[in-house]
Amino acid sequence: MCAMRPEHEPSAGIPERTAASAGKTERESKRAAASGLTSDEGARREDAARRRAAASAGKTVLTPEEIRRALSRIAHEILERTHGGEGVVLLGIPTRGVDLARRLAVRIGEFEGTPVPHGSLDVTMHRDDLRLRPARALQRTEVPPDGVDGKTVVLVDDVLFSGRTIRAALDALNDLGRPRAVQLAVLVDRGHRELPIRADYVGKNLPTAYREVVRVLLTETDGEDSVLLGERDR
Amino acid sequence: MKRHLISAGDLSREETVLILDTAAELASVAGRPIRKLPTLRGMTVVNLFYEDSTRTRTSFEAAAKRLSADVINFSARGSSVAKGESLKDTALTLEAMGADAVVIRHGASGAAHRLAGWVTGSVVNAGDGTHEHPTQALLDAFTIRQRLGADKRGTGLDGLRVTIVGDVLHSRVARSNVLLLSTLGAEVTLVAPPTLMPYAVHTWPCKAGYDLDTELRKTDVVMMLRVQQERMSAAYFPSVREYRRRYGLDAGRMALLPSHAIVMHPGPMNRGVEIAAEVADSPRSTIVAQVANGVTVRMAVLYLMLGGAGEAA
Repeated sequence: MCAMRPEHEPSAGIPERTAASAGKTERESKRAAASGLTSDEGARREDAARRRAAASAGKTVLTPEEIRRALSRIAHEILERTHGGEGVVLLGIPTRGVDLARRLAVRIGEFEGTPVPHGSLDVTMHRDDLRLRPARALQRTEVPPDGVDGKTVVLVDDVLFSGRTIRAALDALNDLGRPRAVQLAVLVDRGHRELPIRADYVGKNLPTAYREVVRVLLTETDGEDSVLLGERDR
Repeated sequence: MKRHLISAGDLSREETVLILDTAAELASVAGRPIRKLPTLRGMTVVNLFYEDSTRTRTSFEAAAKRLSADVINFSARGSSVAKGESLKDTALTLEAMGADAVVIRHGASGAAHRLAGWVTGSVVNAGDGTHEHPTQALLDAFTIRQRLGADKRGTGLDGLRVTIVGDVLHSRVARSNVLLLSTLGAEVTLVAPPTLMPYAVHTWPCKAGYDLDTELRKTDVVMMLRVQQERMSAAYFPSVREYRRRYGLDAGRMALLPSHAIVMHPGPMNRGVEIAAEVADSPRSTIVAQVANGVTVRMAVLYLMLGGAGEAA
């Protein structure tokens, strides 16, 4: 995978996913600007339409059924690795990680009959690329009432790319308490890590070229489930 | 977000809601074991205070420190200003020290605006004379939304009725609140003795009245202003007692308010003049909440002004 990297490597500070998706960057700043005008729902729908349109050229790499199976498998793996989900807290990274964390919590609840606390962790204030773009709107941080101290926290995100978002998440988590262990679950690992970070649970390992774009669509935010791989639109 | 925050009137509805939403998110930081975010690490915020202030200065200081910025406090007393240094020379000195943001309070209206033309960093107006105090208006709007608007993200204050009572003429808080609250869709009514009503009030986006009791019966928020003796160069009302009887908020008047209505005061209070002690300490009063919200709202302002690459960068 490393062999596929272009020679002109991006300088440090390129944010996770940015290089890949001009669309997403634009989406984020656009949402920040629009967050007052439109309701969150409206912004999401608009954003979903844009994503679909932008990704229409891309090919589907995960179908709804495959996403469902991947999440079921991850849920089982989490149960296996944590001895029945004892002390597990699922924290999703906004936006799509939060929905994935919720789905995993539901699956685990179905399999074991015991509910698993889940929440969200916004990493905006801990990002290393804040100064490269206009200030962004913050997303929700919601930690389950029992907190994270002594728990096994599983961070959940949609795409693992440079690893910078996860680094920011580890810092953000550090301010919330001291978990016993931190693990990482992602739906897609597309490679091109810029930091020594790896995922514990992976839905699909997807070899990509650096300039390709991975888009995850989820029913909650985009009206459908699928993972698309396309060229960066110029 | 704009580079400077001089007037509440400069903020669009979207920008204002973005600030309030950001503040709502930052409010949770106060409840964490580590009340600090690394976002503004390595940046310098200068508090330039030419007028006395406890609340605003400490609030800005706490906000900047919670975002990990370095804070330099500068008060006119005990500085070269006492030796006659001009605002411009002081500004250039601060500029040379590399201030990323200057928070200024000054007795002259327009001082923040002048300063913005002299420094390259951001300027936040923390009160200039009788002109404006935009962060106070932001924290008031935040407090109103928190108490009466179900604290919903993305919303303004549409349809809420806010009555601002007292020394409107000398109040920068009143002017900023009228501009900001009307931007957010609230209906603002000013109530003051005729001598303390600004001359051009009919050009402001609000209504004006002189009878407190009628307004109280139909308002959602009543905001009492301090009688600013230090800015009064003439006798604006016959006696404190008469002012209190007609425009002061005591327990009897508070009973006229609808049951959900809240009582606000920007502080510092003159207990027994514009507000009775029993009102200030009642559960309807949001005065303590306003102070707590001041820190989070100012964090949001500093983050949005300094945290990103800035506009058109």
